[in-house]
Amino acid sequence: MYPTETSPGPVPVQQLGTPVSPMARTAPVPAATDPAIIRNFCIIAHIDHGKSTLADRMLQLTGAVQQRDMKAQYLDRMDIERERGITIKSQAVRVPWEMDGTAYCLNMIDTPGHVDFTYEVSRSLAACEGAILLVDAAQGIEAQTLANLYLAMENNMTIIPVLNKIDLPAAQPEKYAAEIANLIGGEPEDVLLVSGKTGMGVEALLDQIVRDIPPPVGDPAAPARAMIFDSVYDTYRGVVTYVRVVDGHLKPRERIQMMSTRATHELLEIGVSSPEPTVCQGLGVGEVGYLITGVKDVRQSKVGDTVTTLHKPAAQSLGGYQDPKPMVFSGLYPLDGTDYPVLRDALQKFTLNDAALVYEPETSAALGFGFRVGFLGLLHLEITRERLEREYNLDLISTAPNVEYEVTLEDKKVLTVTNPSEYPTGKIAEVREPMVAATILAPTEFVGAIMELCQQRRGVMGGMDYLSEDRVEIRYRLPLAEIVFDFFDLLKSKTRGYGSLDWKADGDQVSDLVKVDILLQGEQVDAFSAITHRDKAYAYGVMMTGKLRELIPRQQFEVPIQAAIGARIIARESIRAIRKDVLAKCYGGDITRKRKLLEKQKEGKKRMKMVGRVEVPQEAFIAALSSDESKDKSKK
Amino acid sequence: MPSTLPLGDPAPGDGVLPGQAADGAAGRGFSLYAHIPFCAVRCGYCDFNTYTATELGGGASQDAYAATAASEVTFAARAMQESGLPERKLATVFFGGGTPTLLPARDLVSVLRSATDAWGVSQDAEITTEANPDSVSQDSLRELADGGFTRVSFGMQSAVPHVLRVLDRTHDPARVPQAIEWARTAGLKVSVDLIYGTPGESELDWATSVRTALSYQPDHISAYSLIVEDGTKLAAQIRRGQVPGIEDDDHAAKYTLADALFQAAGLAWYEVSNWARTPEDACRHNLAYWHGDDWWGIGPGAHSHIGGVRWWNVKHPTAYAGRLARGQSPAAGRETLNAETREMERIMLLTRLSGGIQVDSLSAGARHAMAQLIADELIDARAAFAGRLQLTLRGRLLADAVVRRLLPD
Repeated sequence: MYPTETSPGPVPVQQLGTPVSPMARTAPVPAATDPAIIRNFCIIAHIDHGKSTLADRMLQLTGAVQQRDMKAQYLDRMDIERERGITIKSQAVRVPWEMDGTAYCLNMIDTPGHVDFTYEVSRSLAACEGAILLVDAAQGIEAQTLANLYLAMENNMTIIPVLNKIDLPAAQPEKYAAEIANLIGGEPEDVLLVSGKTGMGVEALLDQIVRDIPPPVGDPAAPARAMIFDSVYDTYRGVVTYVRVVDGHLKPRERIQMMSTRATHELLEIGVSSPEPTVCQGLGVGEVGYLITGVKDVRQSKVGDTVTTLHKPAAQSLGGYQDPKPMVFSGLYPLDGTDYPVLRDALQKFTLNDAALVYEPETSAALGFGFRVGFLGLLHLEITRERLEREYNLDLISTAPNVEYEVTLEDKKVLTVTNPSEYPTGKIAEVREPMVAATILAPTEFVGAIMELCQQRRGVMGGMDYLSEDRVEIRYRLPLAEIVFDFFDLLKSKTRGYGSLDWKADGDQVSDLVKVDILLQGEQVDAFSAITHRDKAYAYGVMMTGKLRELIPRQQFEVPIQAAIGARIIARESIRAIRKDVLAKCYGGDITRKRKLLEKQKEGKKRMKMVGRVEVPQEAFIAALSSDESKDKSKK
Repeated sequence: MPSTLPLGDPAPGDGVLPGQAADGAAGRGFSLYAHIPFCAVRCGYCDFNTYTATELGGGASQDAYAATAASEVTFAARAMQESGLPERKLATVFFGGGTPTLLPARDLVSVLRSATDAWGVSQDAEITTEANPDSVSQDSLRELADGGFTRVSFGMQSAVPHVLRVLDRTHDPARVPQAIEWARTAGLKVSVDLIYGTPGESELDWATSVRTALSYQPDHISAYSLIVEDGTKLAAQIRRGQVPGIEDDDHAAKYTLADALFQAAGLAWYEVSNWARTPEDACRHNLAYWHGDDWWGIGPGAHSHIGGVRWWNVKHPTAYAGRLARGQSPAAGRETLNAETREMERIMLLTRLSGGIQVDSLSAGARHAMAQLIADELIDARAAFAGRLQLTLRGRLLADAVVRRLLPD
């Protein structure tokens, strides 16, 4: 995948593919590129607004990808990304572009498009001087885009506003151009109109990038400083680290140092993606490329960290580094207990490539051996689970996601609880839960419905602004626990799909929280325990006992299902005993069939989980732990 | 006999059995089952391998059937001999269907005669035919008795007209006592079959059927819950909501009611679905199935068992007749049980009998499971202490669950 041998020097354009008139005749050479001809930019866009299609079109127009190698959404490598239409991991692509007789080098840095990956987005933005704000001309700007746009403006980046999909009949370019101008300043006429699908306006956009986005500025004589904006594990090469050089330069065979850990590595390979990895002689000020050092774990090459050289180390890092912090926790259990080692190995491999993923073994009386896994958010959870199932052929049960609580006991001891089963039974002085600042964008007609939803979720309104006559931004402070399960699905359904959500951590608060236990025939089923607000405990109890009554088959005895807070029962259902379980006829011709049925039933019994003496089918666990709304795994 | 055949191994054309079939055969009883695959009409609940007169022709026709069946008897006798099985007289013979009495009595007698010619019958052999009250007469029953039959099992099903209609049974309920009287006069023992849990049948309807059946003072009663098999007309009617579905709780209540009424009338249960006036009145042919004896089943779709080898014939009467005409085994497939599956069947079958299972014949695991079965009132505690595993009334209703708990994990 990463060639060890390369032919340095200018690459003649004719070899690259179909000649397109403004394409650079010669591409600037890495390590020898004047910063003045470099333009580093990213694309800020909401999912489905056509970022990948636009990026594909740029690759084609610049000749970076030959027509015959083109596959839809070239940059989104993982199958899940392509299927769900979202970008999880970013990459950087170096493409040539000629304007007014000068060959320029454009570095397009792809950004993850989802709320769970805010930190990764912020690092991608920090690697650029400018950003294309890409908005679907039929849908307008969405909350996630707004959040990233805000980050970009905070970084003093140059914004090039673009409306995409103008070929669509439903496009309303005037309306949304006015909305964008209203947000970022400038005139509606300054908003470029493009169609990633047809290619219309894309050449003009490339020219605009060269004209408007400032070239990178840095000190080539200073000690090297490069910021890591992505870090990807590759089976063959180990960790591939994507960097943007700010000062000085990096060369092959040098020893580099990670400034946060002081760890040093030898630079085995240095190169650029154009878009296939191409080895080069180094990277200078403003350049973007990849480094390979042979390390095997992305945790040794952390996004946001600063790379310097050992022989001439920089005194100060570039700043802005922070450790990723898991926000949402869920128990992952293999349906088949013998798959436990497979799950363990799979999680271990995943962490090589996902610095945000944390896990530790846990045991559930009901579900057996599994892991408590921490994620950045719900989408991160869903994607990880889906990849585990697909890539390792696992069937998994995931417990209801929950957040991290800080429980202070009366003796002042403080506990951190990420799993309801760890919730202390003793005297509790106070419980603190994490809060989020949420921004919701929606057409004005849904304001009432959104406020109702947020109120139900214990939200406190922070403010509301009109983006345009018919679009509004609503800000709420909400407990994280209230948005991790089905909030987004409900928001979508209450706004007929038009509402969008962005959130970021916003401290914590003391809340009146209780643990609700579910008991089957008096036995507590840890997998169904939940920490909820006291006012919602009853509703949870009624919902869960009702669900289980439907899901658990009748047994030879009556099975009471109870919900309890401590010793107090708050809801109760019961499953009536089965009274008949016998085949009436068993004569000569029935025996073989009957025996085979028994064998099948015995097999089926092995897949049952025993709670005390109650046989609970695994399907019941899965169904009880999934919300009805989230069954349809809608794109987020 | 349900019409779907199991999947098994191929069966050889000469019908010769694997070596294990002959092991210990001298100590096992030998029986014959004869399947008569004809009915006047197909009942809506029935998925048995049976055909109405218009559905078949040629060698598979009703006229030719007796001769075809007799040719399998000849085939069987030769195959058993070639398999090294000892000569044994028939302990029991059972004609089932279908509706055996749709054939003239002389045809049934001639099939029976071919069997007695081939193997002989033991002196006190039990020789039963199933019968529809509509398709017998005083003369035909006398002819059967004269030809060697000892027992007749009438498909009464219900005494309630609206229930019989849902079952598509065409007989006049008043015909049943008449037929029973003729059978008795001819010297035949009498059993009646009842079905409970038919959609639309109330508990009172069921009590009426049970009391009516008891009023005829039969020697034996079989009572089956209605099973709605896939692919039957009744299953389609339930699916379309034309008749109400089947409720297990309703079955349990009706079973309990019937058992109480049977016991009060002096009939004791000896198998989950069977009651007899005295132990001698129990159906010995069916007991042979449950005790793991040997039997040969002749006729299309018929199952056989000899020494842990089970096989089943091709289903369609035309294919069946064709195989025999070519001198080939009519078997469609077979399975050879190993020690584990034989033990599984032994437990599955013996558990259903009032005699139950000798505890010391069970595995340690099964014996261990008995403690909880006693606690759950599924097996009788006193019998268990005395060394036998025997179902309680509750245990009979949950017999399949009991068997699952006795089998190794």
